[in-house]
Amino acid sequence: MDFLNTLLIGITAGSIYSLMAISMVLVWRSTRVVNFAQAGMALLSTYFGFEAVTKLGSFWIALPVAMLGGALVAALVEMILIRLLVKHSSSGPIAGVAPIIATLGLLGVIRASASMIWGGQDVRIVGPVSNDGFTINGTTLVFSPLKLLILVTVLVLMLILSLVFQKTNIGLALRASAYSPEIARLSGIKVDWVRTLGWALAGAAGAVAGMFQTVNGNGTLSPDSIEFSLLLVSGFIAAVIGGLDSLIGAVIGGLVLGLMISFVLMYISSGLFFIAPFVILLLVLFIRPQGIFGAKAARRA
Amino acid sequence: MTLTVSNLTVHHGAICAVNQVSLTVPAGKLAAIIGSNGAGKTTLLRTLSGLKHPTQGEISWNGENIVGTKPEMLVRRGISHVGEGKSVVPELTVKENLELGAIWRRNNQESKESIENVVSIFPRLGERINQRSDTLSGGERQMLAIGRAIMSKPQLLLLDEPSLGLAPLVVEQIFQTIRDLTNSMNLTVLLVEQNAMGALKIADLGIVLNLGSVAVAGSASALIDDPAVRSAYLGY
Repeated sequence: MDFLNTLLIGITAGSIYSLMAISMVLVWRSTRVVNFAQAGMALLSTYFGFEAVTKLGSFWIALPVAMLGGALVAALVEMILIRLLVKHSSSGPIAGVAPIIATLGLLGVIRASASMIWGGQDVRIVGPVSNDGFTINGTTLVFSPLKLLILVTVLVLMLILSLVFQKTNIGLALRASAYSPEIARLSGIKVDWVRTLGWALAGAAGAVAGMFQTVNGNGTLSPDSIEFSLLLVSGFIAAVIGGLDSLIGAVIGGLVLGLMISFVLMYISSGLFFIAPFVILLLVLFIRPQGIFGAKAARRA
Repeated sequence: MTLTVSNLTVHHGAICAVNQVSLTVPAGKLAAIIGSNGAGKTTLLRTLSGLKHPTQGEISWNGENIVGTKPEMLVRRGISHVGEGKSVVPELTVKENLELGAIWRRNNQESKESIENVVSIFPRLGERINQRSDTLSGGERQMLAIGRAIMSKPQLLLLDEPSLGLAPLVVEQIFQTIRDLTNSMNLTVLLVEQNAMGALKIADLGIVLNLGSVAVAGSASALIDDPAVRSAYLGY
């Protein structure tokens, strides 16, 4: 029973990391920026979701509100901050890192703003179904209706996303702009807008991750909550495990990470909560620095 | 539709890559631009398609100055550019690369018909339609790059060294196809080539670029017969 429990908890947590990793990958593919503000943006979106839950009373309305808010914030960040930075710091020693450092700064700004606006309140989001574990043969699992719902929702969203990427013109434009921006432009694609769209999708995915991470935890939300620090770290690690460039890699990276953390905590020591993800990251970087799904050689400079 | 370039100057930083170039390609004609490495051929082409901004000068297409227009908008005005070195997206399939060429039309039916048209020109692409394009041979990739460009139904085709790295037999095939396309689609074509002889043989007009400036221009056959051009660029 312990094994099943550990497996299911790992998969659920992992599916949330996968979403976060997907949002890091979407941003990386759009603009070649590692977005450290991603968790901050997810945090902000989750606060939007909290406002919607409080005012409208339904988690299922709050979720799309958070996604929309997250998409909007991300799109604005790309248009106002990143686009300018990438254009203006195109040469010189800090050209490559300027946007990345800017996202770190942005993370700080978002956290500070969130604590100014919501800091004094007891912010709590209750999930749409119970987080009390299922009972099988008299044994109560940790796996709950809520966790099942999270898992199913994440899978459905990923399915939709992969259909959009593989089967639609917008998906083709997103892929072409990521792989060969110049050929995309010569084919008539407005690459600047496609980049903004990539960020917006990332913002929406991060919002779902933030909402689920909150209700999957104890339901409370604060600008310096451990849940969101974990989300940033795990999303980043999962994306790196997946090679940072691959959406499927991000999904598998998230699941692998979720399972590994879950099993380490269960069978080795629960004191390793914060160490385990970093050890896994280091192992991946040592053994396969290009990520499990990354191309062998750098695809291009 | 006629392409007219007047006094075009383009810089890479401090280096002047294209210097006061003027040229005219009348509608339906194929012009070959030849010249050695670093003569400014690629820069000229990239400026025509909007990828690079000129320092000064004018580019007139269909009677309008197109300097400052972005490449994604120039496609909509009938200008298609096939970049240097088999310009296809390696991660996408053959079909997706072709679809890319017509994506801005937002008309999937038309795109389907255009794919059938391209496949009738390059049957090899039809055989490999669902393969990733990085599994293609060099010649097939060049066919795909040209196929993607004509998917947008261009009136002006800019080709940057389509013969680069291909076997002689394949080069001959590609050149013949370019000539055929020019006639059948009534295209205006600007063909940049290191393979001067091959390019001049199929071209109507020839332009020799040297150190960023036009050294010689005239009918392609006259250039082939020009002793100076022969010794400098054709090697006999």
